[in-house]
Amino acid sequence: MTDLPLTKNIDMSRAPFDIGQYRQAQGYDAVLRMFKDMAPSDVLAMVKDSGLKGRGGAGFPTGLKWSFVPSQEDSPKTKYLVVNADEMEPGTFKDRLLLEGDPHLLLEGMLIAAYTIQANTAYIFLRGEYLQAEKLLRAAIAQAHEQGLLGKNIQGSGFDLEIILHTSAGRYICGEETALLNALEGKRANPRAKPPFPQVSGLWGKPTIVNNVETLCNLPGILRYGVDWYKGLGKGGDAGTKLCGVSGRVNNPGCWELALGTPIRELLENKAGGMCAGYELRGFLPGGGSTDFLLPEHLDLTLDYDVIGKAGSRLATGTMIVLDDRTCPVGMVGNLMRFFSHESCGWCTPCRDGLPWVDEIFRRLESGGGRAEDLQILTEHLEYLGPGRTFCALAPGAMAPLGSALRHFREDFDAHIHSGACPWRK
Amino acid sequence: MTISTIIASSAPRVQARTLSPQETHEIDHELTLYPDRRAVGLEALKIVQKHQGWVSDESLLAVAQYLGMSAHELDGVATFFNLIFRQPVGRNVMLFCDSVSCYIMGCERIKDHISARLGIDYGETTADGQYTLLPVPCLGDCDRAPVMLMAGEQHRNLTKEKIDALLTSVQQEQPNK
Repeated sequence: MTDLPLTKNIDMSRAPFDIGQYRQAQGYDAVLRMFKDMAPSDVLAMVKDSGLKGRGGAGFPTGLKWSFVPSQEDSPKTKYLVVNADEMEPGTFKDRLLLEGDPHLLLEGMLIAAYTIQANTAYIFLRGEYLQAEKLLRAAIAQAHEQGLLGKNIQGSGFDLEIILHTSAGRYICGEETALLNALEGKRANPRAKPPFPQVSGLWGKPTIVNNVETLCNLPGILRYGVDWYKGLGKGGDAGTKLCGVSGRVNNPGCWELALGTPIRELLENKAGGMCAGYELRGFLPGGGSTDFLLPEHLDLTLDYDVIGKAGSRLATGTMIVLDDRTCPVGMVGNLMRFFSHESCGWCTPCRDGLPWVDEIFRRLESGGGRAEDLQILTEHLEYLGPGRTFCALAPGAMAPLGSALRHFREDFDAHIHSGACPWRK
Repeated sequence: MTISTIIASSAPRVQARTLSPQETHEIDHELTLYPDRRAVGLEALKIVQKHQGWVSDESLLAVAQYLGMSAHELDGVATFFNLIFRQPVGRNVMLFCDSVSCYIMGCERIKDHISARLGIDYGETTADGQYTLLPVPCLGDCDRAPVMLMAGEQHRNLTKEKIDALLTSVQQEQPNK
């Protein structure tokens, strides 16, 4: 038993476990037992019961997602599993830890997911800049092949699986699962209309599950130690552990595996060592660049999907970005708006035209040319680019830090306009 | 030059270059991994770029013909992705992270230092063809910000001094003729 199922093998001061070391640490045991004792429907029931939620940002229950894959006699025989390893959410560096720290854990999780939905081909969609992860994954896939853990009739189970590594070339929108599927098919990565959902008609029109790296890395533990153990890991309403990171002006920035339900204060003060000397905490984005600002008064909330949701933000990727009192909040949000504007795929009008306008206003505020009506225009965009108005979640995600910054840091926006300059640049 | 020049009747007709045996060998391997030829488009462009440094119109046409797809469609893919270069770049491409954590940790001052040292802004290449400076979305290394990726190496916790040392070491390893 372990309290740290995701990171128990990870020590970044040495090379990750090769397949021999990984198996010595009971790696792939869960998969071997699964092939022997469990039908795909048994695994599905177990993952549903575990309460595992997707760790890529949306927090959708994994077992429920899988259950939409058609499994009747007359369903399409070809199905695909796709790993979303296109980590590019601003301030997010958690999947890198898993990919570089324990690549076999991901492969084992993929075997479990692919067996459950009966997919015989799996693609890892890896961001092109993760060169070290690419090297390590290629080696791990080759080792798994050599030991008969990939390929035809794995360990006499009658189940076949090939894992193919696809490296992308840098576009944030590829993290959106239908855009990712278009990119894998060799098209521009614009999102697709839903329905149909990928579970029914995804990659090349076949039933497809897209899961985040961290989500899949939860599966070996669940199969090995069981549902009760997994639920018991969480301290609050959510099951399991979560990789949580902190970046910004803290003493010890980094990424750690914590029980869900751990207070945010413990992450910030104990793990990340608190604020650097001379810096005060003004606020933080709890789960990457697409989440709403929370304030110092929220530090005693727990890292739970529902708790953070009720406070008006999202746990999302679990990687916290800290705003200190010596960083301009308008500049910080402006930086995010430039990112989202640049990374809009241009497919739908509100996002394509709205985000550059927002970006333009922030450039004006920063350079001292801000006008009183600019804040009104920004506020209007919160609605125009909000949920339900766009093709995918990119623009609504961008509006999260913007809307919350306008609420919490309004006086900083006003100061830019009234003084005709950024007060932090004087 | 853009793809529109390829089809403009008044423009000189661009001829596809011949892909090298190594390029076709690598593209053929990718073709075994996907059920559809055009799915290999991005990988094929990356292969060509690895060998040629960038994707010229001549290369783009060659890949499109090899995969049996229109050059327009392939250029739509090529221009969509940040890391496919449709114009020549320097020997060392600096992918400089300008996203939020790096911003908080002062990446703008580091970028200004690079620009001052090399005399180039984002999107530009030094006259000697040694460096190209490009912004890149969050490199996923936020606990070691500011960061940049150059020639396959991630450079972390960047300072002006580290930039100076890096430029000096590149100069020693790849002296300009």
